[in-house]
Amino acid sequence: MSTEIMTLNMGPQHPSTHGVLRLVVELDGEIVEKITPHIGYLHRGIEKLSEHRTYHQTIPLTDRMDYLAPMHNNLGYVLAVEKLLGIEVPERAQTVRVIMAELTRLKSHLVWIACHALDIGAMTVFLYAFRERELVMDIYEMVSGARMTSNFFRVGGLSKDVPEGFVPAVQNIVDTFIGHFDTYEGLLTKNTIWLQRTVGNGVISAEDAINYGLSGPPLRGSGVDFDLRRDEPYSGYEGYDFQVAVGEKGDTFDRYKCRLVEMRQSISILKQALGKLKPGPVLADEPQVCYPPKEDVYNSIEGLIHHFKIASEGFPAPEGEVYVGVENPKGELGYYLVSDGSAKPYRMRVRPPSFVNLSAIEKMAKGSMMADLVAVIGTLDIVLGEIDR
Amino acid sequence: MTWDAIDIGLMLAKIAVLFFIILTLAAYLVLAERRILAWMQDRKGPNRVGPQGMLQPLADLIKMLTKEDLIPAAADRVLFAVAPAMASIPAILTFAIIPLAAPETIFGHRVSMQVTDLDVGILFFLALSAIAVYGVALGGWASNSKYALLGSIRGLSQLISYELSMGLSIVPVVMLAKSLRMSDIVNAQAEMPFIVYQPLAFVIFLVSILAECRRIPFDLPEAEGELVAGFHTEYSGMRFGLFFVGEYINIIGLGALASLFFLGGWRGPLLPPIVWFFVKVTAFSFFFIWVRGTLPRLRYDQLMHLGWKFLTPLALVNILVTGWWLSLR
Repeated sequence: MSTEIMTLNMGPQHPSTHGVLRLVVELDGEIVEKITPHIGYLHRGIEKLSEHRTYHQTIPLTDRMDYLAPMHNNLGYVLAVEKLLGIEVPERAQTVRVIMAELTRLKSHLVWIACHALDIGAMTVFLYAFRERELVMDIYEMVSGARMTSNFFRVGGLSKDVPEGFVPAVQNIVDTFIGHFDTYEGLLTKNTIWLQRTVGNGVISAEDAINYGLSGPPLRGSGVDFDLRRDEPYSGYEGYDFQVAVGEKGDTFDRYKCRLVEMRQSISILKQALGKLKPGPVLADEPQVCYPPKEDVYNSIEGLIHHFKIASEGFPAPEGEVYVGVENPKGELGYYLVSDGSAKPYRMRVRPPSFVNLSAIEKMAKGSMMADLVAVIGTLDIVLGEIDR
Repeated sequence: MTWDAIDIGLMLAKIAVLFFIILTLAAYLVLAERRILAWMQDRKGPNRVGPQGMLQPLADLIKMLTKEDLIPAAADRVLFAVAPAMASIPAILTFAIIPLAAPETIFGHRVSMQVTDLDVGILFFLALSAIAVYGVALGGWASNSKYALLGSIRGLSQLISYELSMGLSIVPVVMLAKSLRMSDIVNAQAEMPFIVYQPLAFVIFLVSILAECRRIPFDLPEAEGELVAGFHTEYSGMRFGLFFVGEYINIIGLGALASLFFLGGWRGPLLPPIVWFFVKVTAFSFFFIWVRGTLPRLRYDQLMHLGWKFLTPLALVNILVTGWWLSLR
């Protein structure tokens, strides 16, 4: 009997391509022979747009890259600009940044476990994870006024101090989330079907993972012990005690376990950070760079002029180039800034973890079945907003 | 058997009543599933149309009927139109052999509470469930869409493998009852329901009917995350509705059969038979919904593996053991 290879166009409208990923898949029956990812459906030219904006005006653009972890994108960007300018950020601002970064990690991983489980058919976990994510969203709204496009961090610190009720809200998450994670594990880790679907699926060796440039859980799942928070600490991460989750076999189950351990570690970091949260300024004392306090803007002409000057002209940055990588929930999110001495970056290049991780999809899913391909997309935890930018 | 006007009238009346019952039950099973799943998942579910959402099935029906009936340009129009009916008619026909309650004597007439008490009842059911495959296979084929095709291929292989273990798991029941007739099977359980003698067959039957209904963890033909909607990807409006309703009628029908084969059908203490039967069928439906709220989906080859290499041999061994045990008695 003669057979033919079937070319299946998967996406950009497909329930489990997580946004607008398009995969052209060549199938032999149900066996995946070749995968060609097509990207660009969400391209907004963020890198180019930033060249026409002052350093502060680019922060809201970064929200819209990995829209599941907006504050982490803000963080990487402001750290890069601060490194360019050589600004020190006050203690309190750093601690709040760590708290928000870890909450963001929880938020992003909750969406990951939700979608990953839903793709494999476990519908209830999806709704449970989204229920918990709502608590993180509430904190987002509390500090920044927005649930997704936060735009909360500023060059030199934070846009404003956290409001009253912030600490109890974070404490509530610290107190309750471990129990929720146990629920997910009860529904998944102890489920034979889940194990059958994830153990041995989408395997990538440590060597291949490094060669492909993977980062984040896909790298650690393969047994490579690398976490920027520990290896190149930023924002005061060196002062926290946490364990980096590392897998062994590099299959979907190991990545799943890694992320779950990471979520538990995030809770531990949050607990430590709440202990470190002391009163103090949240913006560096750098009048050339930082916006003046709102009271001054509204009540004094000098403050108003100061605000107007920074808002309209921005601030010049010294000539040079910097690279800052942060441990985004998806992997290493890098910002490479080139300055020509003006108030706008000459070039901004983003190293998006999802984009690099996606490149390994054929390596991981080739020769497996269609259903495994869906599991691999889920385990890579990609966000198209970041891939296309 | 002589047929007079009363018999014919009675038969027609029974068909009409049964039709009404199963369509209503199926519609409310959809609502029940949505509400129960919502309850398990800590959300509200449909509660706006009517008190507690009780009129939701009606609203759904109106929506289905008024939606545009799209037929893809490249589809095989005849098969595309016929397939939904082929999926739902066998599901409805199964009810012809299901006794809802004990026979009653009304005005000197002995009225059995089923449309027809075929002497080959179980064979009739197996034949119908085999025919139901055509709805899935042809629906996917006629759509001329790759997702639908993949879904129908999965559907075919899945239903063929599970038909076998389902059929084999009923054989011990037939051996115990010494009849293929539904009323005999129920009467044979007068003292003790067969689940006591045949727990293994019951479990195999239960797993097989989950697969037969294409429910999670065996919902591969319509695996949402993989195949968009599987074999009914291209269907819209009431044609999709027929597939959908057929599936829920199937759940009720197979739940009813499971309670007839293993739980003694309408038999039970204290409560009237019809209530007992209803309770048992509802319990099965709830079980189906509960499973959906709990389990992830198997992969295509794992499902075949489970069916052919595990359930079928187990059912065969069970038949041998049952035969050996019966020969000793």
